[in-house]
Amino acid sequence: MLNPEFKLNPNLFHDDVEQLPIRKGFGEGLLKAAEIDKRVVGLCADLTESTHMLPFKQKFPERFIEIGIAEQNLAGIASGMAAMGKIPFITSYAMFSPGRNWEQIRTTIAYNDRPVKIAGSHAGVSVGPDGGTHQAIEDIAITRVIPRMVVISPCDAIEARKATMAAAKTDQPTYIRLAREKTPVITTEDTPFEIGRAQLVYMPEAKKHPKGTNGHLYDAAIIATGALLHKAIKAAHALSSSGKKVAVLNLATVKPLDEQAVIRLATEAGAIVTVEEHQIAGGMGSAVAECLAAHRPVPIEFIGVRDQFGQSGKPDELIELYSMGESHIKEALQRVMTRK
Amino acid sequence: MSLTDDKVKSLEGKARDIRRSIIEALIEAKSGHTAGPLDMADIFTYLYFHALKHDPKKPDWEYRDRLVLSNGHICPVLYATMAHAGYFPVSELQTLRKLGSRLQGHPHREWLPMLETSSGPLGCGLSQTVGMAIADRIDSGRSSSKQFYCLTGDGELDEGMNWEAIMMAGKEKLQNLTVIVDRNNIQIDGFTEDIMPLNPLADKWRSFNWHVQEIDGHNFRDIDKAVGEAHAVFDKPSVIIAYTIASKGIPAFERQFEWHGKPPTTPEEIETARNALK
Repeated sequence: MLNPEFKLNPNLFHDDVEQLPIRKGFGEGLLKAAEIDKRVVGLCADLTESTHMLPFKQKFPERFIEIGIAEQNLAGIASGMAAMGKIPFITSYAMFSPGRNWEQIRTTIAYNDRPVKIAGSHAGVSVGPDGGTHQAIEDIAITRVIPRMVVISPCDAIEARKATMAAAKTDQPTYIRLAREKTPVITTEDTPFEIGRAQLVYMPEAKKHPKGTNGHLYDAAIIATGALLHKAIKAAHALSSSGKKVAVLNLATVKPLDEQAVIRLATEAGAIVTVEEHQIAGGMGSAVAECLAAHRPVPIEFIGVRDQFGQSGKPDELIELYSMGESHIKEALQRVMTRK
Repeated sequence: MSLTDDKVKSLEGKARDIRRSIIEALIEAKSGHTAGPLDMADIFTYLYFHALKHDPKKPDWEYRDRLVLSNGHICPVLYATMAHAGYFPVSELQTLRKLGSRLQGHPHREWLPMLETSSGPLGCGLSQTVGMAIADRIDSGRSSSKQFYCLTGDGELDEGMNWEAIMMAGKEKLQNLTVIVDRNNIQIDGFTEDIMPLNPLADKWRSFNWHVQEIDGHNFRDIDKAVGEAHAVFDKPSVIIAYTIASKGIPAFERQFEWHGKPPTTPEEIETARNALK
């Protein structure tokens, strides 16, 4: 069942569940953050509308800086503005920021310890028809490896709005990963959000006699980040109805990793499947594996892109092609349970 | 008002002290860059002992001018000038590049927070300075009294990011931004015009809507006049292309790109350097 503590969308199992683009939530969050704090400024590299920075630009034109198609400069200028006390949000497609300007982000933002917030839109293969050049599936890896950088991958538009507002309040450099397409709304206005805090969103009834199952409360657990959380919950729900107990953790903040929640879940489930729309190498699953290998080694299966580039297609077609669909998550759960 | 003879004499004396401190720090460190720090000593001296509004006892003073060193590898001249200006003891220069030193091989403001920025990877300083000037204009308007200086190398201008920032500063008409280019004509692999020609350098900047001046980077009256003119220019950023002599002050090392990235290490080299700067 859905964990009542997090007041999730009761319609999320329905076929007609409301869908919104995650990037739209960023735009709303930026506008709200700017209303609250006049230090917030917005910089964009010629993608103001599609990164949803437009509402901010229209309301606060004096705090909006158009950089042009120059992502390296985008990072450097934001760093300089932060040095003067501003809280800059920079936007482009994730492939170009933090993709093209990775070293500028490392040196001028993170190494300098400047509170610049990097919003990378169009992450994942679900960008769709634009093709592989525009599908960032390496961005979690390249941001989480930078010291000081906070990495957030919201699961829906509402969580993206809350993450954006929360990021504006910290003095840390932060990467916020956004997706282009409409995806199911999983959370609600009442769902709490805190950077660094994972949420056990799906919690099947625990086994009555855990001692008979190696002491595990669950048969397996999924740790998911981003929009694929919806498919993860559906997969867990489907298995639960066939008698398997599968819990789901929403790991919206990839860094700092909520180690306590991850280790506890591994202890309770004894087998983990990680789910992300990203390369398996270096992504959220790698972060989970680093933690569990050190503290609570359990079998792990990884759902994600396997050392490939993306290509043109419809978002759903691509999710299936790269083995990140609901059926693939179910298969991974079956595999991992046999490895316990 | 131009510099008085006494002022010029005093600046020349300071620059000599700073060059000596640079060489002693490099000899002690046994690694680091010689040519750039020596050739920029006059400009750093002029800025810290005449032009900058700053307070070494209060480095975070809000209304200070900002000086960003983009080519971080010439930091021995930054550190030495700051030490002589009173930011920290001159004796600390002997810790350059050593474990635990605030004087990292390339500047890092985590270690030395009085720096405006960390630098080393080339081409990043100008964007940050442009960002500072834009942020200041949001807060203080176009009549802001603060000046924003960015010091860059010439070889560093190979980096494309510079030209993104140069285009942006022209667009934004950042009149309180002054870039000083160390035109010493050398980079690691050779002479700049052999590695990747920059000329016609002044025309390039001019075509991006900058006010351009070309000066002798070792003549304090030239430097003073150019900086004064840069401040006076309205609605345009300024660049001062300062022609300098690599390794200025040690004739045996001058104009040689081989001295870009190494310190005097042999007893003969050390003696040559010390004698020249006596």
